[in-house]
Amino acid sequence: MPGQVHNPGGLQKDLMATVIVTGLLVWLMPMLISTYTLTVLIIYGMLGLSLGLIWGFGGILCFGQAAFFGLGAYSYAIAAINFGESTLPMILAVLVPAVVAALLGALMFYGRLTDVYLGVITLVVTLILFKFVNSTAGPQYVIGKARLGGFNGIPGFQTLNVPGRPEAYIWGDAYFYVCAVLLALVFVLVTVLLRSSFGRVAVGIRENETRMSLMGYDVRARKTILFAIGAAIAGLAGALFANWGEIVTPSLFSLGQSAEIIIWCIVGGLGTRLGPILGAAGLAYLKFLLGQQSLVDNTLITGLILVLFVLFLPRGIVPAVSGLWQSRIGRGRRSRRPQTRRGAISRERFNG
Amino acid sequence: MDLSFVILVEMLYAVSSLILISAGLAVVFGMMKVINLAHGEFMMMGGYATITAVNLGVNIFVSMLVIAPITVGLIGLIVERLVIRHLYGRLVDTMLATWGLSLFFIGLATMIFGNTTTGISTPIPGFAIGNFQINGYNFFIIVVSALLLVGMLAVLKSTRAGLIARGAMQRPDMAAALGYSPNRIYMATFFCGSALSGLAGAVLAPLVGLVPTSGGAYIAKAFITVIAGGPSLIAGLFSSAGLFGVVSQVFTFAISPVIGEVALLVAAVILLRLLPQGITGKFFKGKL
Repeated sequence: MPGQVHNPGGLQKDLMATVIVTGLLVWLMPMLISTYTLTVLIIYGMLGLSLGLIWGFGGILCFGQAAFFGLGAYSYAIAAINFGESTLPMILAVLVPAVVAALLGALMFYGRLTDVYLGVITLVVTLILFKFVNSTAGPQYVIGKARLGGFNGIPGFQTLNVPGRPEAYIWGDAYFYVCAVLLALVFVLVTVLLRSSFGRVAVGIRENETRMSLMGYDVRARKTILFAIGAAIAGLAGALFANWGEIVTPSLFSLGQSAEIIIWCIVGGLGTRLGPILGAAGLAYLKFLLGQQSLVDNTLITGLILVLFVLFLPRGIVPAVSGLWQSRIGRGRRSRRPQTRRGAISRERFNG
Repeated sequence: MDLSFVILVEMLYAVSSLILISAGLAVVFGMMKVINLAHGEFMMMGGYATITAVNLGVNIFVSMLVIAPITVGLIGLIVERLVIRHLYGRLVDTMLATWGLSLFFIGLATMIFGNTTTGISTPIPGFAIGNFQINGYNFFIIVVSALLLVGMLAVLKSTRAGLIARGAMQRPDMAAALGYSPNRIYMATFFCGSALSGLAGAVLAPLVGLVPTSGGAYIAKAFITVIAGGPSLIAGLFSSAGLFGVVSQVFTFAISPVIGEVALLVAAVILLRLLPQGITGKFFKGKL
């Protein structure tokens, strides 16, 4: 069951389930949807998971997860143009966002900023990046051989290749399998992380920060590390997206992109690992389908979905369904439902 | 001499427009602790209301100062009744729901007005000071936002409605015990906040080409100004708009407009790192 990561000993069962489900999906899904579309759904799933980890389990509401997504994509594109080979750029695309997030996180968490203020700072940093990258159209903005290109973005970089062989591109169906395996790997890593003591302390911090710090845990350092891990995953997703789209543009940093990631997490379900992935893939596919008609505007429906979910199903689909499952078929072991950070915030009076 | 006058006017204008675009959000946040992320879209709708009214033949000042605020205020009332009132006290949920609303309104405006730029010309001509040309409309914006601040202060300080509103702001339970329904007060407050957003959007409409997504340009600035201002409504608004307006204009004149925008944002990050409760969390405590 998603959410019950505190049950020790079930790790092997969890890993088996992940492998089997991934295998089945990778085998069955291409019969329904083209692998080109599936690839981007997987990438969005990974992006959703990155926010789902830090928000759902760490209680850090980041309004700027798109910043790390964009940073990953741009790091990859710039490095790929300079090196002409994709292995090092992929590693950089994970490291650069992680380092930036660690610095930003240290700035915020050591300043003991919480909810709204955290939101403002992450939002502002995203805006700064967006504005800056948008204004880099001139020829003086060059990193190595790569021109930043302003709002036109960077096209024509080396896409993913077999490590060490720049001429052996990985594309089409093969790229789909690579992305699927990477998502499964990230999912497993997140599972292991959440089962480790670090993960359980992170959930403890989400529930009650003061209590955890009184118990002797360094809340600030742990939040910073978790934030950096989330950014690393988002960066990986960004690099994969750059490879998929074969161009990176400043819209990767946009507020709309950040909003979408948050919506995926809400709809899918916070405090679960599967929820954000399913939310991301599901909503992105819905958007894809809606994009094929022109009767109703796409943004209108996205907005409506968010409002309706916040009002009627604030915990998201996955927790709701698994709750239903437990109450119908469950064997009487009705454990206390894990409370999400949003629930905790709502009880605290906001003292402005 | 001429240049310094122009720079002074530009700075006043930057501060005033920040006050103008943040006022609606500040009222709603200061009184109700609700962050309305659809604020930018309320402004966008104010702009469209003005343009529609002007195209129907209404006088531009009437449509800006009367029709737009009332239209947007009514939209805000509907939104409050349908969505916001279910979410009072849940800060993050209201932010998410209003973010959803903002996307909804963008979609709606795109369906109604199309994804094209519309605009009206400024009703006040520009004039020359020495070698420099100044936009006369900037003075109008400075006057409107000064009147707005004075008006808000007057209403909150010296009218009965303002007294009730301030009371409900400090202790909603006490206000309820004295017979004033917080529910009603919140409804009225949200109406006023939305009307102010509509007014701001309408007044700024002649300066910008209006597209359904133009609300996004305002929301971040308004959000930053209000949060950095802190708990006091008017002192906070005035101090943070003053600070950010001056910072962004100094860098705009010294380097470039883009750097000016970035400097505003960097100033906000540094400010919040130093004063996490906003400016009035530390200074001017207890002022309005």
